[in-house]
Amino acid sequence: MGEVKGYLKYDRLELKKEAVESRIKHYREFLLPQSEEDLKTQGARCMDCGIPFCQSGCPVDNLIPEWNDLVYKNKWEDAAKRLLSTNNFPEFTGRVCPAPCETSCVVNINKPAVTIKNIEKAIIEKAFKNGYIKATPPETRTGKQVAIIGSGPAGLAAAEQLNKLGHSITVFEKNEVLGGLLTLGIPDYKLDKSIVQRRVDLMKAEGITFKTNTNIGKDVKISQLKEEFNAIVLCGGAEDPRDLNVEGRDLDGIHFAMDFLRQQNRRNGNRTFVEAEISAKGKNVVVIGGGDTGSDCIGTSIRQGAKSVVNFELMPQPPTERAAHNPWPEWPSIDRISTSIEEGCKREFAVMTKAFVGKAGQVEKLKVVRLDFGAPDPKTGRRAMSEIPNSEIEVGADLVILAMGYLGVVRNNLLDELQIAMDKKNNVNADNNYMTNLDGIFTAGDMRSGQSIVVRAINEGRTVAESVDKYLSELKTG
Amino acid sequence: MSNNPLLPESVGLYSPYTEHESCGVGFVADIKGRPSHQILSDAITVLENMEHRGATGSDPNTGDGAGILLQIPDKFFRAECEIRDIELPAKGAYATGVIFLPKLPEDRHILETMCEHEVNLAGQKFLGWRDVPRDNSEIGETAKLVEPVMKQIIIARGKNTRPEKFERELYFIRKKIWLKINKTEIPQKNYFYICSLSNKIIVYKGQLRAIQLRNYFLDFQNPEVESAMALVHSRYSTNTFPTWSLAHPYRMIAHNGEVNTLRGNVNKFNAREHQFSSKKIGDKLKSVYPIVAPSRSDSATFDNALELLVISGRPLPHALMMMIPEAWEGDKNMSETKKAFYRYHSSLMEPWDGPSAISFSDGRYIGSILDRNGLRPARYWKTKDGRIIMASEAGALPVENKDIESKGRLQPGKIFIIDTEEGRIIEDSELKEKYTNQKPYAEWIKENMVELSSLAKVEPTFEFDDQTLLVQQKAFGYSYEDIKAILTPMVEQGIEATGAMGIDIPLAVLSDKPQLLFNYFKQLFAQVTNPPIDPIREEVIMGEQMLLGAEGNMLVETPEQAIRLSIPRPVLTSCELQQIKNISNDNFKSKTISILFDKSDKFYGIKKRLTALFREASAAIKEGYSIIILSDRGVSEEKAAIPSLLASSGLHHYLTRKGTRTLASIIVETGEAFELHHFATLIGYGANAINPYLAHETIHSEIENGNIEVKDYETAILNYQKAIRKGLFKIISKMGISTIQSYCSAQIFEAIGLSDELVQEYFTATPSRIGGIGIKIITNEALQRHALAFPKNKTSDGILATGGNYKWTSKGEFHQWSPDTVNLLQQAVRENNYSKFKEFSNLINKSKGNFTSIRDILEFRKRKPIDIDEVEPVESIVTRFATGAMSYGSISKEAHETLAIAMNRLGGFSNTGEGGEDKSRFSKEENGDSKRSRIKQVAQGRFGVSIEYLVNADQIQIKIAQGAKPGEGGQLPGHKVSKEIAKTRGTTPGVGLISPPPHHDIYSIEDLKQLIHDLKNANPEADISVKLVSEIGVGTIAAGVVKGKADHILISGYDGGTGASPQTSIKHTGLPLELGIAETQQVLIMNNLRERVRLQVDGQIKTGRHVVIAALLGADEFGFATPALVSMGCVLQRNCHLNTCSVGIATQDPELRNMFKGKPEHVINYFNFVAEEVREIMAKFGFKTFDDMIGRVDLLETAGIKHHWKAKGLDITSILHRPDVPRNTLVRHGLKQDHGIELALDNELISACRNALSKSEPVRFSVDINNTNRSVGTMLSSRIAKKYGMIGLSENTIQIDFIGTAGQSFGAFLAKGITFNLEGDANDYVGKGLSGGRIIIVPQEDSTFKPEENIIIGNVVLYGAIAGEMYIRGQAGERFAVRNSGAKTVVEGIGDHGCEYMTGGRVVVLGDVGKNFAAGMSGGIAYIWDKSKNFRKQYNPEMVELFDVESDSDIEELKTLIENHKSFTSSTVAEKILSNWDDSLSQFIKVYPTDYRRVMEGK
Repeated sequence: MGEVKGYLKYDRLELKKEAVESRIKHYREFLLPQSEEDLKTQGARCMDCGIPFCQSGCPVDNLIPEWNDLVYKNKWEDAAKRLLSTNNFPEFTGRVCPAPCETSCVVNINKPAVTIKNIEKAIIEKAFKNGYIKATPPETRTGKQVAIIGSGPAGLAAAEQLNKLGHSITVFEKNEVLGGLLTLGIPDYKLDKSIVQRRVDLMKAEGITFKTNTNIGKDVKISQLKEEFNAIVLCGGAEDPRDLNVEGRDLDGIHFAMDFLRQQNRRNGNRTFVEAEISAKGKNVVVIGGGDTGSDCIGTSIRQGAKSVVNFELMPQPPTERAAHNPWPEWPSIDRISTSIEEGCKREFAVMTKAFVGKAGQVEKLKVVRLDFGAPDPKTGRRAMSEIPNSEIEVGADLVILAMGYLGVVRNNLLDELQIAMDKKNNVNADNNYMTNLDGIFTAGDMRSGQSIVVRAINEGRTVAESVDKYLSELKTG
Repeated sequence: MSNNPLLPESVGLYSPYTEHESCGVGFVADIKGRPSHQILSDAITVLENMEHRGATGSDPNTGDGAGILLQIPDKFFRAECEIRDIELPAKGAYATGVIFLPKLPEDRHILETMCEHEVNLAGQKFLGWRDVPRDNSEIGETAKLVEPVMKQIIIARGKNTRPEKFERELYFIRKKIWLKINKTEIPQKNYFYICSLSNKIIVYKGQLRAIQLRNYFLDFQNPEVESAMALVHSRYSTNTFPTWSLAHPYRMIAHNGEVNTLRGNVNKFNAREHQFSSKKIGDKLKSVYPIVAPSRSDSATFDNALELLVISGRPLPHALMMMIPEAWEGDKNMSETKKAFYRYHSSLMEPWDGPSAISFSDGRYIGSILDRNGLRPARYWKTKDGRIIMASEAGALPVENKDIESKGRLQPGKIFIIDTEEGRIIEDSELKEKYTNQKPYAEWIKENMVELSSLAKVEPTFEFDDQTLLVQQKAFGYSYEDIKAILTPMVEQGIEATGAMGIDIPLAVLSDKPQLLFNYFKQLFAQVTNPPIDPIREEVIMGEQMLLGAEGNMLVETPEQAIRLSIPRPVLTSCELQQIKNISNDNFKSKTISILFDKSDKFYGIKKRLTALFREASAAIKEGYSIIILSDRGVSEEKAAIPSLLASSGLHHYLTRKGTRTLASIIVETGEAFELHHFATLIGYGANAINPYLAHETIHSEIENGNIEVKDYETAILNYQKAIRKGLFKIISKMGISTIQSYCSAQIFEAIGLSDELVQEYFTATPSRIGGIGIKIITNEALQRHALAFPKNKTSDGILATGGNYKWTSKGEFHQWSPDTVNLLQQAVRENNYSKFKEFSNLINKSKGNFTSIRDILEFRKRKPIDIDEVEPVESIVTRFATGAMSYGSISKEAHETLAIAMNRLGGFSNTGEGGEDKSRFSKEENGDSKRSRIKQVAQGRFGVSIEYLVNADQIQIKIAQGAKPGEGGQLPGHKVSKEIAKTRGTTPGVGLISPPPHHDIYSIEDLKQLIHDLKNANPEADISVKLVSEIGVGTIAAGVVKGKADHILISGYDGGTGASPQTSIKHTGLPLELGIAETQQVLIMNNLRERVRLQVDGQIKTGRHVVIAALLGADEFGFATPALVSMGCVLQRNCHLNTCSVGIATQDPELRNMFKGKPEHVINYFNFVAEEVREIMAKFGFKTFDDMIGRVDLLETAGIKHHWKAKGLDITSILHRPDVPRNTLVRHGLKQDHGIELALDNELISACRNALSKSEPVRFSVDINNTNRSVGTMLSSRIAKKYGMIGLSENTIQIDFIGTAGQSFGAFLAKGITFNLEGDANDYVGKGLSGGRIIIVPQEDSTFKPEENIIIGNVVLYGAIAGEMYIRGQAGERFAVRNSGAKTVVEGIGDHGCEYMTGGRVVVLGDVGKNFAAGMSGGIAYIWDKSKNFRKQYNPEMVELFDVESDSDIEELKTLIENHKSFTSSTVAEKILSNWDDSLSQFIKVYPTDYRRVMEGK
């Protein structure tokens, strides 16, 4: 399968991107599609390994060698069928997944990996375009009702899986729009919201009921749901942001990343919001946190017209190649230049913000110190961190965005009302079947596992669906 | 055991049904029928001179058996009877025979009385008993322990018995006595055995060595004992158990060979019994059923069947032609009359298939027949005074040269008979002419036999749309992988899918996934006692045709017997099946019976339906239906399918028991079968034909959907059939079987994981040694499959699941090699991190209830722990470790050398594999490292196996079989044969290399003994190892191998890795190592042979725990391959055969080789980790030394299976059995083998060549030689090679002139600088592995026969020759210059299969050439003097082209060789050719391999 020695014959071909100067002028997706011919040769690079490490690297166990081969053979519809058998929303992951499959691709031991993510996106887009994807509501209904709270990737995946099995699904979303972080967190230029809408429409056509603007625990009592539904799945995410409690934190102009991003997404979707406007336009922006969210803030700031953007990262700059202690097929800790960074941003590594300084309640600068990291501990691999004496500097900023990760679930009425058990990491506690301490109430996604990537959320949704189905089949109907 | 003269009963893993034997056979006869004592004495001499073909066990004086058949010496008996006052009637009117009787007088008395009574009851007259005088002072203790009393019964013909009926009466007497005695409860009845009972011949035999026969029977010393013929046999059995009755000859035959299809032949024979009727015999026949006595010897069984055919009126030669037919199906040169004869008889009986040289006699005729393959030697000399001396070896009876009229050999498929009454030799052609014209067979066939192709055609129709197809596929267990990886290559390319890297998924019974029933069966294969055959290069002998319809009465010859429906192959298309269903003719009425069961019956569904359908079938047969079609069409929500194998084998056995099996054929119409193993099991368990309709529908849909690239459906089906044909031939040929007809119902399988009860009822007599699942679990598995096709909520995901049997996939079958285990092991060895290794080994050892192999369900019994510091150190444990045989060629130079360096640093062993080794690796590196592999493998292709290679070994490993593909050859395509590889293999770059399935010098156990002897001579310091693969009977084989003097035996598990192998072989052939090592250990202990040999095991051994379990089961040493590769960077791509290995291991591509990152340290770390884990376990269980653990099976027990839905039925007590032998018996290695090489002639040669060896001083002398001087010149050559390598000495430094008949392997591995001149003749394997020396053989000066018309040297001459020259004045036997890669030779005629697999060198044949010349020949050139214009019919055109000899260089080359021939041998043929050179030249044909020509001429 694939082409024998294809990986030697053809080089890895990345997607072409719209030029920086033009793409920062809008919020649309800017990766350009590849020709069928190119996709075919990229598929041919797959070695169809005896152990497809790519698949084990993929949280939803995508049948990667199989659809690589089908693309190579121009069998797009079959490729789509096999792709959709493991991944409910390849159109999302094909755009926003960090692609652990590629870093564990066997070709990647010695050569650039197969472009798995691009192929995934191409398959699903072709499938939509060619009409392979049709609403196929289940033939029969089981009569079992399931409520899913939260319409992020985990909730949607659970909904779709359970609906296929004939259960009747209602998805509750507290916001005015479906999709959770897909819609309100990820910038449009990475994931166009029409893509989310397309999927939601399809799910509606397959018989799933969606209720937006419905905050369970606030608008509707959970006890009410318990009466109407045979099972409830909590997929509320892990939205409690990590804060930076240093001097000057209460100054204006310091915001959490998600507040910043959500606003822009609403703006793009011509939706209103009640909070005060946060804008980078004409400002010197500092984004604290070198992860994906930080990156999204950088790209969004640039698009809003920031004067300058600086990115702070606590940890030292990672190597450009895998370190010896971080071998294939592990996820490599290497320096990744995201498209947003490409768009113009200065990066500072191994720096820690000691204080915010401002005037008239408005932030003006940050006091930062440089850090030194000792040799890795032979056992834990951790490096002891210390401040470099006399290395303090000041960095000017009109807007500071905190993108430092999340601390778990936001406590709310719903959880309080339920008296649900939490785990040590402030996530909802669940057993192996993803059931909480309460009979018939399940949880999945970030809410159960803590903050993670979209593809894991999809996998959470699929896994919880299996458990719920099993639970429902054993339920005495009454 | 020792008080029973029979083989022990099945105990532990030992089964007496696995016993093998082999032998030397011969006879001496006076053509004119003049009796003399000399004939008898000469025959015994023949026997004595073949002593080396027999064997002894731990007791050197107990042989495996020897015996003689002669005409009743009337004069002698008359005198003997006179003394006893017995009045003997005229010659022929009385009968006698030696009878073995119990030692206990009271038992003996009862049995004697019973005999007497039976004789009288039959209307014959009992005259008396004569004690057979014997002297047992020379025989061994073991034999003596159960030595029977021997008496001769004397019977006179009854008044009412006509002379011609006497023999038949005696037959019934013998049979009835046997039946009656068998039913008694007499304690020592097992002693009773009638050697023969005849009015013409008498058999003397016993558990004797060949050299003991003469003195044991005192009668032989009496000159009055005279016979005109004497047939002798010396037996080499695989055991050391005392079994007097199993010595040959039997009543009619002595057999050298093995009937591979025995189980099927016997089953069918027994089933046919119900139809037997014979006017000649009358009703009596039924009183002596079963005709074929339950026996543990194929020869005895064969003898029984043959006897009936003869008794019922067929002449002996006719009966033999029926049982051992020539290969006729594919023979283009055979006459139609003869074909018709064989075809007609194929409707009565399938061939008794297997390698056989059978000598037979009924007192008038004496002769021999060789099977179609000719895999046993049979040479004869005719003397001028009218005697024939026939033996497995030439020269077994010394005869003055001037007295010899001619020297010949028996050719494949031919019979050779002497009629002592007519006083002449009847040639094969005359004999067959006679019998084939006896009846108008051709007419009978024309009138009665119906060809499938003659039936009304049916157009293909397809029943399923894509959606239904998917449902059906799911219901029958299809996976995506099945279609893509297995079915697609068959359909696109007409070949079976190839895989690599072995198998690491659970045994079917341990798998959590529902398994097809097929997966519980493992194919068996031939090793050692019997060669696999090459179904590709020797396709001429294969047959695929099957006959359907009712069989008649085998005992008569009538035209109606030919009323059969002939189908060209067993796997039918749906159209063909429809054609059969459409037949309206009463002879072939078919009845379709459903094998679906009601889902609602749940776990009782299958049992219930089977019971009913067996009755339906029985009733149908009664109504005259002669074709039963078992069909699983129509699977639906309510109806699930019974596993087709269960239904068909069940019915087959049911009908066999009822005696109606031969009245109807079984066709299986099934959706389940699609791959080769499915077809093989169905046919092997009695299905006469199969229609895999769902496979056909799948193929159709895959074409329609553009998934399979093939021209059209018709082509696809043709390809599919081609792949099936090739694959089935491969499966049967690895057992040495050549016709599907014989394979049908031969049950060449072992079951693993099936309960005894199930096997007994549905797969009767199949070995299944660890119990397992019954019909309820089978039903459960069927229902699980069904549920996947018909899910409760009716929602399908629209795709087939991946499967994951062949490759790892997340939700698929469990694999031990997973992303986690590979990753952990690599990190551990790269970081030298033991705790990571422990993480790895924990995943392997206790993978969360995922059982893979038998070791996973074993646990150690608690013992008192000791401190780990007291345990033997890592450094000494690792010396027990070896890496597997991987050739340079299958893996890269870098990988190969890294392994060697690592193992040498550790003091363990690395293995060359089958690819030679570059001589630069024989000396140490500057840094002290060594790249020399301590184990040098000698495999079928003999690549690079030169004398220099052999002297550079610490261990020489004869690879009999490989776990991943036992019984199969290999192929290295030309594009992979790089310059370096060609150099180490001694071949031509760019020319493809074929490694044949068998070793052409090992067709039987005594041949292996000979090869061991050759190799020991080649390197007396090296241990000789024999690599076997686990299967039932491997222990028995191993016992034989130890008797053959192996120092070391490797038992490989079936699951080991491979660079390329058919998927069927990887997955479905052979057994796990646990069964293999345990059986070997048990049988060796039972035979008191264990201490003589070191036992090594391999097969997915990965951790210290695995090592300890194998040690407790009996292993001294351990082999590892895959984990060593993984340590060097292998990530199990399983694409080794594609040369795409991206980590630079299994590749020769320079770019990829650059990517190799393995280091010796990685490998070393791995082995140290394993040893450390071993130590931890040893400490925990209180063992200080490794030796103490070996064989302690008592410390193992079963664990953890109680809760596994399938494994809970397993019972492994047979594995944990410890034979009941004295406690002090050593159960590990501890004794050196006695190879007897200090007795070799070479010791004399070496001392005579002292100065030549040390100072290169020329020497020439002469020596007498005879057939017991074996491997002459090999030890001498080893001395040269040690000192000078392949360069050797300068030409003719040593010249030795031999006179006489040389024994086997004359001049084997002869080094450069030695010239052997032999005046006389030689046996098999002359010039094997020739390494630069020169061999000249001419008949003795005083010979009067024409050398060019006589056989001067035996079979398999110049096998694997590398360099040197050979000139033979006279003819050679079969398989001349097989796999020659560099020797130049001239010979004056050769037998079949000449130059097979040849890759280089020059062969000039100045005479006739046998069949199938140049099959698989990829290199070198042969020049044939085709004077008789016959050659073009004889050669195999597959790989070679024929040219005139035109170019100057060719002419020059040819002429020089012929001139050499003339000057060395004084050949008159050469002289004639040279004297008329221009004319002669035009009669030469140049045989030029296409591949070779392309490379040589740059095309």
